[in-house]
Amino acid sequence: MSPTNPIDPATAHGLSACWSCQGPVAAGEPFCPTCGAVQPPGQADHFTRLGLPRAFDVDLQALDRAYFARQRALHPDRMARHSARERAIAESQSVSLNDAYETLRDPMRRAGYMLAAAGRPVAGDGATIDDHALLSETMEAREALMEAATETEVAALAARAAADRAACLADVAGAFAAGDLDAARRHATRLRYLVKLVEEAHRRRLSLAGKAA
Amino acid sequence: MLLQIHEPGETPLPHEQRGTAVGIDLGTTNSVVAVATDGTPEVLRDAGGAALVPSVVAYGADGVVEVGAAARRRLLDDPDLVVSSVKRLMGRGAGEARALAGTLPYRVAPPEPAEGGMVRLLVGGRRLSPVEVSADILRALKARAEAALGRPVERAVVTVPAYFDDAARTATRDAARLAGLEVLRLVNEPTAAALAYGLDHAAEGLYAVYDLGGGTFDISVLRLQKGVFQVLATGGDAALGGDDIDHAVAERFLAERRPEAAPTVAEVKQALATARLAKECLTTQERGEWLVEIGGGTSRHRLDRATLDEVAEPLVARTIEICRTVLADAGLAPDEIRGVVMVGGSTRMPIVQDRVAALFGRPPLVDLDPDEVVALGAALQAEALTAGSDTLLLDVTPLSLGIETMGGIVEKVIERNTPIPVARAQEFTTYQDGQTGMLFHVVQGEREMVDECRSLARFELTGIPPMTAGAARIRVSFAVDADGLLTVTAQEKTTGARQHVEVRPSYGLGEDEMARMLRDSMEHASDDMGRRLLIEARVEARRVLLALDAATKADAALLPADERAAIAAAAAGLERLLAGDDRHAIDAAVEELERLSRAFAQRRMDKAIRLALAGRSIDAVAAEAAPNPTE
Ligand SMILES: [Zn+2]
Repeated sequence: MSPTNPIDPATAHGLSACWSCQGPVAAGEPFCPTCGAVQPPGQADHFTRLGLPRAFDVDLQALDRAYFARQRALHPDRMARHSARERAIAESQSVSLNDAYETLRDPMRRAGYMLAAAGRPVAGDGATIDDHALLSETMEAREALMEAATETEVAALAARAAADRAACLADVAGAFAAGDLDAARRHATRLRYLVKLVEEAHRRRLSLAGKAA
Repeated sequence: MLLQIHEPGETPLPHEQRGTAVGIDLGTTNSVVAVATDGTPEVLRDAGGAALVPSVVAYGADGVVEVGAAARRRLLDDPDLVVSSVKRLMGRGAGEARALAGTLPYRVAPPEPAEGGMVRLLVGGRRLSPVEVSADILRALKARAEAALGRPVERAVVTVPAYFDDAARTATRDAARLAGLEVLRLVNEPTAAALAYGLDHAAEGLYAVYDLGGGTFDISVLRLQKGVFQVLATGGDAALGGDDIDHAVAERFLAERRPEAAPTVAEVKQALATARLAKECLTTQERGEWLVEIGGGTSRHRLDRATLDEVAEPLVARTIEICRTVLADAGLAPDEIRGVVMVGGSTRMPIVQDRVAALFGRPPLVDLDPDEVVALGAALQAEALTAGSDTLLLDVTPLSLGIETMGGIVEKVIERNTPIPVARAQEFTTYQDGQTGMLFHVVQGEREMVDECRSLARFELTGIPPMTAGAARIRVSFAVDADGLLTVTAQEKTTGARQHVEVRPSYGLGEDEMARMLRDSMEHASDDMGRRLLIEARVEARRVLLALDAATKADAALLPADERAAIAAAAAGLERLLAGDDRHAIDAAVEELERLSRAFAQRRMDKAIRLALAGRSIDAVAAEAAPNPTE
């Protein structure tokens, strides 16, 4: 995202003018240090927005704490007595926080987000799948699921898919930790298919249970 | 001090208090209004001590409109003049209403070409939209609140079923506007109930709210943590409720009474009233006998609890199935839920409590009145939004939102259970060379095919520059606000030209229609609009004064004496105008003040840049200037 306008000195120093008092505000600050007005959310990445270290391994409790603390300050309900303009800005802040939270909370989305930012989008995010072993693994698993006729058989397949998913998640985390983004992309692509498989198995189990009842 | 104003952070609007804000549970069967004071909510009752206002409206031939118990009493004598359960028709088209017609004892009519797509009711020679009928109920609740509190009530938090779609939410907000109520927030009923329960019991952890209303069923799973009420997942059925049990019982009575003939409208209404009574009695007693009496013909009907349970069983089973799905959506097992809050009169039925207890492995929480708990929560939120509070509600979208693509397939833009407010965009492209317009169809629902989802709106984006097929990049943005209401915009990206698209709701009221109704409903509609604009102008002016005051304190050295005097004079002038009610003069004075302080603002920015150049962080500058309000 390169700005098309000539860079003005304020932007160059990470400063922008507060919309309310016109004073300087550092990029990413949610409130003006001078007048206290809520500022537009800007373009920060999800980790920065929530004040978390940029790493695949996210402490989910720390994520919740960071998210709640920021929503408490920025949610439009907190600005109900302010002007329409401030409420609208608070709403856009709240939207950005929800986006960051939703993305980082789910390991699959988190991996996809980090890989897209690193220029290695996962299949489905604008890239096509080129892993033939994964394609045949997926096809076999789907067929097995379709052929399973009893709830017990489906339950066994669901349990295996869930175990595979957990192992694959560990592979993704390991690849990120080792800084091997190509491996991370490969594992994340597989993770996406396994997550879908687990969901399908769950749905099939529910429909079989419904028929039995 | 340069400007006499309030401390930052202090509420800038003491003069703008516009009456008390109340919480309203606008129910299918009954409605309730409540108010909260210092965090303690209280239901507002009539002179006789009754909390529930039956959601029934009678349109007398003499033009008199009656709401509540009085209207319900006329149900038997003048069935054609009385409307009940209108909530089931909010935001619905004529076709959908006809599907419910067997259970709705009044005539429905399709909208005229000039009207929006919402169904109309034919009642005692009048032609009414469900919005107008709901507005009459809301007017009665407003009047009750004003009588109980002894002051005007103009603002409210109104609850809606979590599973209400966009059309039904919009219809509810429109009804409140017609009734002269500003909606501070639409809150989902289970979320409101969780708020009331959670604050009352200082509850922490995972809770479920099982809400079986008259015409809707909702289940929400929430996490309660230090005053934050976070909805993790919600689900339900907008056409499944306690009314359905009444109907099944009534059908039984009618079959026993005159199995050979189709019942008259009067018979249906009488049978329904008796069935409701029987259902309530069988909550505490094992069996009973009821009389259905019409036009001199009386019939006796025995019913015991086992038979009632049999009738209710399929409905309760369906709710339990939905509970399981929602728990799975939240990734939770039933035994991880710490408590289940029960909402809605039908949850008093033993079979409902037994099944819920069996699913969650613990008896449900019934210590708050299931008919009142939603209104109590709404009142708490109304107070939070006007006087402030430490609690925060974080809700989700109940249903996925999408766009129809080629072949009638739905492309989901926002998935269900996404935290709101949310904004998402999707890109589409043209499929013909030189195509300059594109039709979009916005739908809500979980199914893959468009005709199995609910149509929300259609719109056309025009003025796309002619290009080869697939070259245009059309970005469609969906935004769902904290009320759960959707806005859609579209933009052609290669030219950057943004188009304001007119979204025509499939099952709403027409814009002109709404404007006309607003005019008809309020003698002083334009006064009211003017007053709102004046209040907004005052709020904005105070904001400017506060901001300028903070700036002059922080950077006094950058303000030469002559500028300071000019600004102070303009500020004092603006303060004087704030006591009056000339909105245009206030706006002009605000602009003048901003013009006078522009050079000062530039100096402040230049100073910050110099400091940044000198290697000092902005944080240090800020810390020196003023305490950061986020800390
Ligand atoms: Zn400021």
